[in-house]
Amino acid sequence: MSFTLPALTYAFDALEPHIDAKTMEIHHGKHHQAYVTNLNNAIAGTDAEKLSIEDICKNISKYPMPVRNNGGGHYNHSLFWTLLSPNGGGLPTGPLAAAIDEAFGNFEEFKTKFNQAAATRFGSGWAWLIKNASGKLEICSTPNQDNPLMDIAEVKGFPIIGLDVWEHAYYLHYQNRRPDYCTAWWNVVNWEEAAKRFAM
Amino acid sequence: MNKKTNRRKFIQQVGMATLGTIALSQIKPVSAFANSLDGEVLFTLDALPYEFKALEPHIDALTMEIHHDRHHRAYVDNLNKLCAKEGIQEKSIEVILSKVGSYSAGVKNNAGGHYNHSLFWKMMKANGGGLPTGAANDAINASFGTFDQFKTKFIEASKSRFGSGWAWLVAKDGKLNIGSTANQENPLMDISELKGTPVLCLDVWEHAYYLKYQNKRADYIDAWFNTINWDTVNAQLKLAK
Repeated sequence: MSFTLPALTYAFDALEPHIDAKTMEIHHGKHHQAYVTNLNNAIAGTDAEKLSIEDICKNISKYPMPVRNNGGGHYNHSLFWTLLSPNGGGLPTGPLAAAIDEAFGNFEEFKTKFNQAAATRFGSGWAWLIKNASGKLEICSTPNQDNPLMDIAEVKGFPIIGLDVWEHAYYLHYQNRRPDYCTAWWNVVNWEEAAKRFAM
Repeated sequence: MNKKTNRRKFIQQVGMATLGTIALSQIKPVSAFANSLDGEVLFTLDALPYEFKALEPHIDALTMEIHHDRHHRAYVDNLNKLCAKEGIQEKSIEVILSKVGSYSAGVKNNAGGHYNHSLFWKMMKANGGGLPTGAANDAINASFGTFDQFKTKFIEASKSRFGSGWAWLVAKDGKLNIGSTANQENPLMDISELKGTPVLCLDVWEHAYYLKYQNKRADYIDAWFNTINWDTVNAQLKLAK
């Protein structure tokens, strides 16, 4: 089995003005595609070809760096697209909202902490809201294309939401202003999808 | 100079207004802000030695402007703030880098960012590129066989650095080596795997090329070879001796 690039479920311009169409097009069609292609090349003829991307991530320490970089890149971006929506933003509801309040006090405090994690990840990486082994919510960040599913991650857990803070995710529109990108991104967060993940 | 004086005056006025009759000197510094009242600004952002548009079409003017005025300035400002906060009085960036493992991650990131960019600007010039000259030419041929073999290896190091980082040509023990570092790390740092005197460097953070080249890092690297200032490479080689 080889991995394929999942199609976006909305148009490139659907997230404007928060995320611009050109960024979406290059991010999906070029960056994500390259991770898929390079992942397939890296695992060609190995046992990993039979595994799911989640299972590869969970045992990533057993694989060479190209699998970690491109496998992470494929998993992270596949997830990222589903957590964006033109009808997104606003507030989470239901059990996820309750869990956020329980873990962080209230939504605003959660948002502040998440923004902080996204702003302080130096270089390329991701900010995450995860459900840890004891079912509690936590915020963390990872470098490059690592993610909290990976056995090498400092903070491990199941990703509920993820924010790409590689410069390629925002540079055309926001340049050096990463915090502005993070602020805008909250307007397109797909809380429905996040709630589904939290219920998994 | 003027700016600094004004800033100090402003801080003092605000400080006095807030503190009432208590003398500033009686207050123990409680924050980076307070601490910086008494400390000199250790590091400054030098102007580029050429115009923003000087490297066109290889590197576009807007990229140069944002890269220098926003990114590099942020490293300088953050480094000064952190030095004040952490009580660092060392004025030599090289000395800070040589023991950066004993400072915070913030100092490492911003001291590296300041050093790397300061060197990077000097590594480029209008109508640069071509073949290396003088001692650089001899050293490159001695270490890599030919310029093309050197170029192939340097391009490979620049392309294969995953995420943000730098590619380097370094001199150590009379030999040249090629390697790369993550984020703003560099070969002068005690924590760096790659060590030596930087002779040539290339920024492969996406901010260095994304406005013009987007995902095509390889095209940026190719174009950048047309901007190399071999005089700077020769000057760095002299430093290494």
